[in-house]
Amino acid sequence: MTDIILETKGLTKHYGGVHALSDADFVLHKGEHVAIMGDNGAGKSTFVRQITGVEQRTSGTIRFDGKEVNFSGPIRAREAGIETVFQTLALADDLNVPDNLFLGREITMCNWLGPFRLLNYRAMRQATLEGLERTAVKIPNINNTIQNMSGGQRQCVAIARTATFPSKLTIMDEPTAALGVQETEQVENIIRTLKKAGDPLILISHNMRQVMDLVDRIVVFRRGRIVANLNRDETDGQDVVAYITGAKTGAEYEGAA
Amino acid sequence: MAESNHGTGGLKFDKKKIGWPNELNIFIALIIIILIFEALGQSLPYMKDQSFLFDTRDRFDSIFNEARLRIIILQVSIIGIIALGVTQVIISGGIDLSSGPLVGASAMIVMSFAQTELVNGGPNPKAVFGEWAFDLPVLIPVIIALAFGALIGAINGSLIAFTRIPPFIATLGMFLICRGIAQAWTRGKPVSFPTEGYAALGSGMMPVYWFIGLAILFHFVLKYTLYGKHTYAIGSNEDAARMSGINVQRHKVMVYMVASMLAAFAAVILSSKNLTAQSGMGIFYELYAIAMAVIGGVSLTGGRGSIIGTVLGAMVFGVIQSGFTYIKLDAYYQLMAMGAIIIGAVVLDKVRQERAALRT
Ligand SMILES: Nc1ncnc2c1ncn2[C@@H]1O[C@H](COP(=O)(O)OP(=O)(O)OP(=O)(O)O)[C@@H](O)[C@H]1O
Ligand SMILES: [Mg+2]
Repeated sequence: MTDIILETKGLTKHYGGVHALSDADFVLHKGEHVAIMGDNGAGKSTFVRQITGVEQRTSGTIRFDGKEVNFSGPIRAREAGIETVFQTLALADDLNVPDNLFLGREITMCNWLGPFRLLNYRAMRQATLEGLERTAVKIPNINNTIQNMSGGQRQCVAIARTATFPSKLTIMDEPTAALGVQETEQVENIIRTLKKAGDPLILISHNMRQVMDLVDRIVVFRRGRIVANLNRDETDGQDVVAYITGAKTGAEYEGAA
Repeated sequence: MAESNHGTGGLKFDKKKIGWPNELNIFIALIIIILIFEALGQSLPYMKDQSFLFDTRDRFDSIFNEARLRIIILQVSIIGIIALGVTQVIISGGIDLSSGPLVGASAMIVMSFAQTELVNGGPNPKAVFGEWAFDLPVLIPVIIALAFGALIGAINGSLIAFTRIPPFIATLGMFLICRGIAQAWTRGKPVSFPTEGYAALGSGMMPVYWFIGLAILFHFVLKYTLYGKHTYAIGSNEDAARMSGINVQRHKVMVYMVASMLAAFAAVILSSKNLTAQSGMGIFYELYAIAMAVIGGVSLTGGRGSIIGTVLGAMVFGVIQSGFTYIKLDAYYQLMAMGAIIIGAVVLDKVRQERAALRT
């Protein structure tokens, strides 16, 4: 059991009467890349929000890195080592690339000044350039504000942010949804880099080709429930689609472990 | 660093194309406004070829009409101090309507701790407290002002951050409360006769020096400190700021505290300059301070603006006000014109926003 990095049991989230997520049992092993697929509104993002503490779950347990966890907010999850690219990009439009990369974890000087401590722009800029270099993300001018960037470039910034900081688990919610061919390739390269480094990943994606290319295992959500847990090597696109649309039901589904 | 060919999709980045700061536009606007008033001075029949800002008496020591310049910056600097605080409030995505009445309330309270015992050999006719409050060291009223401002700001900020009342409503309530405090303090009687030390704080050109000093300080704070960065981040995308781990609630409380402390300090300078405090002090100051910031390019939707912009906005404001007097526009029309200018500045900001939104 020691190689399990994340495990949820009976994870449930209700929004008033909406059962967005019901009884999700999910396991992720160290170094494993898992894709979550499912129709719009199937509960994928909801699942991520419960794990990362963006919202408080209705019921269920989450174990991360060997301990049961109750993150009170995304910052706690990040401190524990979960880096997340949320579907709605958490970027500040009026700030530039380094500012966004380091938002909430700025490199500072003269820390005795408390909230008025000084920003170390030079160090953050340097680290940003290195981070972009490492992830091969190309952005014309990092001093540009996010507002002046294309949707794809924004996405790249958000992804570079997760890849710039060391983490125990990376979660990406539809990271390539808005991207062109080149940018998608960049993101996929970042994912391959994570795989090589042995860093586990949860990837939410609607892109079958991408999923088949990148991950070890596919978990399918339907109407708030996990209905399939398929090894990539033992399945194919048609099979997965059948689960997504409900043509095939979770009869063969025997738990995620 | 040479990265101009780091292009996404082969796009090239032209370094020369950036770096036209909005502040430069405001500066140009300032020059144009001055020229307009100059032209009006030359052309309006009743003006007899006067000059607005230049010396017409053919002195050799200066080309400027120094008296008018001095009046403009003096007029602007006290409200300008408030505008510095308002700037960071607006950048954080909020608004503060309570600063004008806060000036009135602070002035009344603070002046009561800055009175002399003897006026022309006799006892102070305006004394508020007993003996113990006479001839206190100047630091005491200043500290009381800052503490009072911090208290009011903390209430504003807490209401906004924790109960999620819109800033407009919360500070509007505080607007009335502060005006009430100002009037209740002495039942409407003015408080006068400060100590020499207190009177020195705002005498002569001191208000201008305070304004410039504080402007430099807050330029630095907004640009180079964590506090400043988080202020921009919250105004830009509050959810992103929260998700990034910034304590948004605590930060908002701080922002409103700083703003109110600046307003209370402006009250010190104003009452010191006038050697008296009246409950009606600071009328319209909250709107003028907001106007200075907005004219200076601070976006009412948050996330954008700068202290340099606000200082320039204050200058524009002062030049317009002084210019109206110069062309002998009636006070009523001045008020109307001021209102139109504020609306104009907001519309301009809106247009700017929409243009930016179109680009993406
Ligand atoms: N804050 C909320 N309040 C009420 N209902 C919500 C809320 N957030 C999500 N839902 C509902 O929960 C369900 C699951 O939403 P979720 O965002 O998890 O879908 P998803 O699988 O990520 O879809 P997509 O592929 O479109 O991103 C949807 O029916 C949605 O309407
Ligand atoms: Mg989603």
